[in-house]
Amino acid sequence: MWRMVAIWAILSVVLDPLFYFLVGPHIPPGDMTSAAVSNQFDFNVLFLIALPVLLAVWVYLAYSIIMWRASRKGVPEPVGGTEARGHLGVQVGWIVTSTVIVLGLFVFGIVELITTAGSGGGEGPNPIWTPTSATILPVQVIAQQWKFTYRYPTFGGFESQQLVLPNDTAIAFHVTSLDVIHDFWAYQLSIKADANPQLDNVAYTTTRQTGSVTVRCDELCGLWHGAMFNYGKVVSKTAFNIWAKATEKATAANTKDLPPFAYTYVPDANGSDGGYYPDNVDPYSHSEVYGATPAKS
Amino acid sequence: MSFGGRLSVVLGLFIVAAGFAVWGVVGFLLPQPPTVDFTSAQPAGAPVNLTVQTVGSIGNGYGNHPTWVSYLVKNPQGQWIHSTIWKVPAHTRINLTVEQFDSGSPLRNQQWGRVQGTIGNVMTLNGKPISVYNSNTGNGVGHTFSIPTLGISVPLVGVNPNANNICSQAPCSSPSSVVNIIRTSFVTSGPGNYPWQCFVPCGLGFLFGNGGPMSTVGYMGGFLDVEA
Repeated sequence: MWRMVAIWAILSVVLDPLFYFLVGPHIPPGDMTSAAVSNQFDFNVLFLIALPVLLAVWVYLAYSIIMWRASRKGVPEPVGGTEARGHLGVQVGWIVTSTVIVLGLFVFGIVELITTAGSGGGEGPNPIWTPTSATILPVQVIAQQWKFTYRYPTFGGFESQQLVLPNDTAIAFHVTSLDVIHDFWAYQLSIKADANPQLDNVAYTTTRQTGSVTVRCDELCGLWHGAMFNYGKVVSKTAFNIWAKATEKATAANTKDLPPFAYTYVPDANGSDGGYYPDNVDPYSHSEVYGATPAKS
Repeated sequence: MSFGGRLSVVLGLFIVAAGFAVWGVVGFLLPQPPTVDFTSAQPAGAPVNLTVQTVGSIGNGYGNHPTWVSYLVKNPQGQWIHSTIWKVPAHTRINLTVEQFDSGSPLRNQQWGRVQGTIGNVMTLNGKPISVYNSNTGNGVGHTFSIPTLGISVPLVGVNPNANNICSQAPCSSPSSVVNIIRTSFVTSGPGNYPWQCFVPCGLGFLFGNGGPMSTVGYMGGFLDVEA
């Protein structure tokens, strides 16, 4: 047994650091944001712990096949006899080790969620973990079949098909939907939050590098779900301010027709009075009637 | 049961299951509308004139869903075709004309009232250039022609629903039916198959208005098949 343990220990001591230093920096989702760095670190920690477990199984399997093969002389009968009895030390060791790993990862996961302000996941409308940054840029993500659009409330509430973010800035994504459930997955930002109608699902991250971002819907949402993607970018603060102000100006004529900025849009609200639904439409009805806007009483 | 008998039962069930799977896949793939080819209609590099119409009900002459809202396209020979798969050349100007015969309503998201991604981000509505249409006014917006992956979206302003000559079923024609003529131009990108859709949930009788014709290729969505 000690020969097996020695082989396992040597392999683990060699392969774990090799993985961490050679492969670890390239593990998704990269390091574009604080959430991405955190998630990359989490994946690496999980792998560093999983690799020795995997090696233990593989080493035992390989050792058994080679050393205890039936054709090898002197190998005891596998069924019956003292060799078939349980080994208390191994059993206790296995249970204790498994328990320590699982409970340790439980604590590790909780700490990571708290210290990274939700680790890029949607925290619902009342996040309990928030960034410590003094200023946080709010960006609203509006999902609709089948496109994400983005509103910038601190720039007059304009809405754009483009997702542009400033570098080195804490961002609060307010994710909502105008129809069915979608999922906002900005891969390089390591942001993933469900987009539910009438719900403000908040996810935080802090940008650390400029570059391009791939956004996909990650909730099967209908015919064009597969085409519900776009590319965003993280740019310098200066470039972002120039873009935001220029877009605010260019879209001003349409912004005044949008409903006032809100974190959610009530489906049966009045079209021009604050909602995204026409007056005569009940979005939950199977018999919607579209036509001219009825006169308001 | 003998081994041979059990094997026969298992093989029989497997064949039945495989048959259902093949039937389902083929059934899903076959009913695609025909591709209307605009790549050979004019000299290479010349603009393509793409004329479509939107109708409130496709009528009895075009398949199994006569009450569904739909697009029709005029092929290079001048015939109205019930198809939403259009083959066009890459890096070429497309002069789009939409004959909008359907009525409108306020948009679920007024963002789609803005003309986006076309040349100059502008369109003409019955000859009048506009870049933003407030769907909460007038007759609202009936449909949009949008290619989301290319950032193109054009609001198709609705006709007066109270007009006594509103077209009831396709193919519609003016001046016998009230119509809005929308014109705009855009330049195709590189080769690819780009889905296009309507952003008005106009699938009457379906949850959120996005089922039925909104979720069936050939009615309110299709592909812009851009060829090199």
